[in-house]
Amino acid sequence: MAEKTKINVPLMADMAEKGEKPEFLFWVGCAGAFDDRYKKVSRAFAAILNRLETSYAVLGTEETCTGDPARRAGNEMLFQMQALQLIELFESYGIKKIITICPHCYNVFKNEYPDLGGQYEVISYVEFLDHAMERGTLKPDLSVFAGARITYHDPCYLARANDITEPPRNILNLLAGELIEMKRNRHYAFCCGAGGGQMFKEAEKGDKEVFIERTEEALETNPGIIATACPFCMIMITDGIKYKNREEEVKNYDIAEIIALALGS
Amino acid sequence: MIANFIFSLLLILAVTLFWKNVRCIAQNIKMGKKQPIRDQKPRRWKKMAWVAIGQSKMTSRPISAILHIFVYVGFIVINIEMLEILIDGVIGSHRILSFLGNIYPLLISVFEILALLVILACVVFLIRRNIIRVPRFLNREMTTWPRSDANIILVTEILLMSSVLIMNAADGLLQARGHAYYAQMGSFVVSDMMHGWFAGLSDSALVNLERAGWWFHIVGVLIFLNYIPYSKHFHIFLSFPNVFYSSLEPMGKMTNMPAITDEIRMMLNMQPGNEQDPAAEGEADQFGAKDATDLTWKHLMDAYTCTECGRCTSSCPASQTGKKLSPRKVVMDVRDRIEELGKYVRKHGKENDDGQSLFDRVTDEELWACTTCNACVQECPVNIDPLAVILEMRRYLVMEKASAPGEINATFSNIENNGAPWQFSHEDRMQWAGQEQ
Repeated sequence: MAEKTKINVPLMADMAEKGEKPEFLFWVGCAGAFDDRYKKVSRAFAAILNRLETSYAVLGTEETCTGDPARRAGNEMLFQMQALQLIELFESYGIKKIITICPHCYNVFKNEYPDLGGQYEVISYVEFLDHAMERGTLKPDLSVFAGARITYHDPCYLARANDITEPPRNILNLLAGELIEMKRNRHYAFCCGAGGGQMFKEAEKGDKEVFIERTEEALETNPGIIATACPFCMIMITDGIKYKNREEEVKNYDIAEIIALALGS
Repeated sequence: MIANFIFSLLLILAVTLFWKNVRCIAQNIKMGKKQPIRDQKPRRWKKMAWVAIGQSKMTSRPISAILHIFVYVGFIVINIEMLEILIDGVIGSHRILSFLGNIYPLLISVFEILALLVILACVVFLIRRNIIRVPRFLNREMTTWPRSDANIILVTEILLMSSVLIMNAADGLLQARGHAYYAQMGSFVVSDMMHGWFAGLSDSALVNLERAGWWFHIVGVLIFLNYIPYSKHFHIFLSFPNVFYSSLEPMGKMTNMPAITDEIRMMLNMQPGNEQDPAAEGEADQFGAKDATDLTWKHLMDAYTCTECGRCTSSCPASQTGKKLSPRKVVMDVRDRIEELGKYVRKHGKENDDGQSLFDRVTDEELWACTTCNACVQECPVNIDPLAVILEMRRYLVMEKASAPGEINATFSNIENNGAPWQFSHEDRMQWAGQEQ
């Protein structure tokens, strides 16, 4: 999955030029576009969309920040500036359905844009992938992860914030047999430490980093793979694994990457 | 007769005083911003039945859940006996409900079993707080008063329950001896076993013991009733409305600020939208919350509902990694601040200001430690939302004081200039696909 190989990702502007309207907007998000690790997840998910022959497009250079980190850091002005402009952009393309690979973007589109007049059907990629697996449209090689020890870290903005806990588990259980739960899971999962603007600042004074606490908890399950479903959780957990010097034997994969690997792509 | 008179007087006094204190709390809560919550009543009733009456959120910690159920059910059921005590006290009867016949000793036995379970639970609670020293009862905000408050409540409940059992034991012993005034009513399951303790006492001593138990119990209850408005124990009343009025939205949803929307539409030359008129909520002369009165009445009711159990803090990623933030402290700070302000305003009039604010209690460092993970909201057994307060205070810091950590300000400018919280050019947004534009 070298980044240099080009994968075919349709652009909303190109499609509009041809007078086409895709069913879904694939919202990549800042981490999906700029974080070197999460770019791989964007690629993995786009490849799955292509394999499923999904009617979708991305905004490409027209994409901008949803405003979510600004809102949670107290800057409502900046949030609404971003949101109102995006709503206008979505309007111009007639976008009705949005798939996100970031739980924070998912949450803000689904729960907060309607207050500003932006009504969409918002789908988290874990739900989308779960449906695809359930329908049998993806044909993963079940031997790839058979018997792997996988634990799953719930992102706050899927599990607690939006009650999405089972789709990623369905996927992992199918691919790897029983996944191993951490002590604190689902609605009671412990945060990775990145939310609420923490991703972009030094942590306040304390006696431990949140991501180390959570990584230690994940490592207690003695996993081969720690699965995540959020770019910021991934940055934190990957850092935690490195901090603990366990990167040789413990891998951090996103749900989309795990499926992509099982598909042999 | 004189006893009935004294009793009635005490009762009226206690209820009047209690009502006065409750009204003060209601006034304080009303100092919060108006926010009508009238929607989806059926869903709200259901939630209240499940979370408040059914205690469903307690179960995430099974030991305290079971012990709390003993005290909770005990409190509600034993109130039926309170009814009997009140009638007896006012009209001078003795065990007026005994006309129920065979059901009566059964009823009393149920009360007694519950009383025993309440005592057991309170003893374990005292041990957890004072001997095992469960960490969440000992955080920074658990200063002398909150710790004493908890112990006072537990000891009082033990005393109140013990006095009922002693009263019944003396009564039962007098019944067994065929005392003229103490008619046979059948056996009381717990206090019957206590007869041996008092077997050496004379009839008149037993009568005194029975009366002492009765008076101790009812006077104790009336005093306790008037202690509750000063105590975290007020949750026994507010838990129910607090859950009823709690948010039905997904936890991830933050409240919107319609006052800002119009301003931004104008800046962006957009058509005005159909957002609710911000004037309906009072003029938005300030963004975010500086003081407790900038929060909504629901946030203030949250604060009065808090019983300081600390489940929020013990699940908070910031608190658990040694940061200064504790969601419970934030909620307690809101309560203590509105109490302080309420007292001041009642003394000096509404137009006066004591020069203090919520920021004299909650520091910026606490606010900036929050990850907005909602663990505190998830944990709270009575649906308090500490996160909402933190976010409202952040709004004040950022939009009124322009006071955010440097890196957060840099993040803001990145979003503004590059459309991403990081300093990358939007031209590079397709590089992940191996596509140059």
